[in-house]
Amino acid sequence: MKTTPLHWTVIAIASALGLAMLWVAPLLWALSTSLRPEYETILPTLHLLPQRWTVEAFTRTLGAGNVPRWLFNSALVALAVTVVTMAISLMAAFAFSQLRFRGRNALFLLSMLALLLPFEALLVPLFRTMNGLGMINTYAGIVLPQVVSPMVIYVFRQFFDAVPHDFRDAALLDGASPLRVLWSVYLPMSGNIVWAMAIVTFIAAWNNFLWPFIIVTSNDMMTIPLGLTQTYDAFGVRYAQLMAAALLGAFPVALAYIVFQRRVTQGLLAATGLKG
Amino acid sequence: MRGRRAETLSATLLLLPFMAAFILFFLLPALQTLYLSLTESSLTRTSEFVGLANYATLIQDPSFWSSLGNTFYFSLLTVIPLTALGLVMALLVDHFAARHAGASAWLQGAFFLPYVLPISVMTLIADWMLQPSSGIVNHLLGMQRAWFSDVRWAMPVVAIATIWWTVGFNMLMFIAGLRNIPREQYEAAALDGARGFAVFRHITWPALMPVTITALVLQLIASLKVFGQTYIMTTGGPFNTTRVTLHYMYETAFTQSDAGYAAAVAMAFMFIVVALGLLQALLLKKRK
Repeated sequence: MKTTPLHWTVIAIASALGLAMLWVAPLLWALSTSLRPEYETILPTLHLLPQRWTVEAFTRTLGAGNVPRWLFNSALVALAVTVVTMAISLMAAFAFSQLRFRGRNALFLLSMLALLLPFEALLVPLFRTMNGLGMINTYAGIVLPQVVSPMVIYVFRQFFDAVPHDFRDAALLDGASPLRVLWSVYLPMSGNIVWAMAIVTFIAAWNNFLWPFIIVTSNDMMTIPLGLTQTYDAFGVRYAQLMAAALLGAFPVALAYIVFQRRVTQGLLAATGLKG
Repeated sequence: MRGRRAETLSATLLLLPFMAAFILFFLLPALQTLYLSLTESSLTRTSEFVGLANYATLIQDPSFWSSLGNTFYFSLLTVIPLTALGLVMALLVDHFAARHAGASAWLQGAFFLPYVLPISVMTLIADWMLQPSSGIVNHLLGMQRAWFSDVRWAMPVVAIATIWWTVGFNMLMFIAGLRNIPREQYEAAALDGARGFAVFRHITWPALMPVTITALVLQLIASLKVFGQTYIMTTGGPFNTTRVTLHYMYETAFTQSDAGYAAAVAMAFMFIVVALGLLQALLLKKRK
């Protein structure tokens, strides 16, 4: 608005700067801590910047202990969750949106029920199921329960519903199979939303704490968010090293967010149903 | 020509992978939670059908009620600040969007970045900042408080850390809400001579009402699901003052191996969350 009075502008700039600094300060403090030698973290006087800059904390974190293994586990799990979720959700959404069959609406509503019931309340029987399947401490055990994402199906279905039916009918008349139609007609049109949902799914899977916490007991199978809660035992109270490990665990998602900022926000908004 | 039968077959094949995962990892566990809550079971074995006995115990269980009280206390400390602050941040980002798009994008990035961090990264940083002797917070305040073992401060501190961590998402919802307000409404208001705060009160605020309701309810549901923060930062202490409902459920199931009773706790918890979800749907429908 062109008529904003001056004092509003001043208040806006001051509060924006103040809040923004408050919000990035903890991250900068963690970074500053991670670039110090260990003894500096327990000095009685406070220095905002390291007195001696060093990447020792990072090399030690990566060189010893389980951090590299946890990072690898997280990467594997997050990628697997993303690929599987996208594949099965796209197929299901296409069927719900474009194919006519009996019980379609009932099945769809049933799946949407999962949006209402909190995952947290299912932990006990879910653990029992996985235990029965012998999947404790396995990658499959960590990945599989995370691929059920009715929200992703909902978003994809809405998207497919908006595509004119002529596209589908023409391709089907040409004798293409539904999977073929999905792959070569619908997917290219929905590139943006698929990418957005994939990135959001990846970040959520990388960050998932609760399910790995339940299903993983062995140190070797931990993902990084879970492993980081064990680092006190591994490192003792070494804060430079702890902050280095924390930043390494946050790096992939922070990078994904910074690079794909628009897609992340688009995906999250689609997920809350605020924007298609 | 393809018939209905062929279409049903394709649909079956396309739906099969998802439905299999859905049944195995959602539907069955949901039904099992209900069944387990009516039995006396360990973590791995189902033994005896006991009817509503677990629920009878639950109603008289002070540990359950105190955990529920702690959960609501956490929600009280987070829901309104998170919603209000999210709105303020959205207004700031939006304010600069028109003339300083670059600054606005940086601002949005700064507010949102903590949201993408894994929970244990957030808790590690909070723990380091709040260390009794070497933490920066005590340095700045000139004290040596052990925040996480202080009965009065443990929960508020977890709440503040959570606000820092998650407010970005609420801000995002409000930004989307702001962008959905038609420009013509502002132009009409300007023609009528409305300025500054009047514009906010008469145009922006009413238009944001549905987003505000959504944000409040989603936030309340998210806050009731708190577990990781309190578990990692305080392990429920001091004196169980931060042991929340999900923590109690977890302990009952996984450390005491009383899965039947834990399922009853889960059912009570599920009831509250579902009721709130339905309330939101109702509130939004009424406004339309």
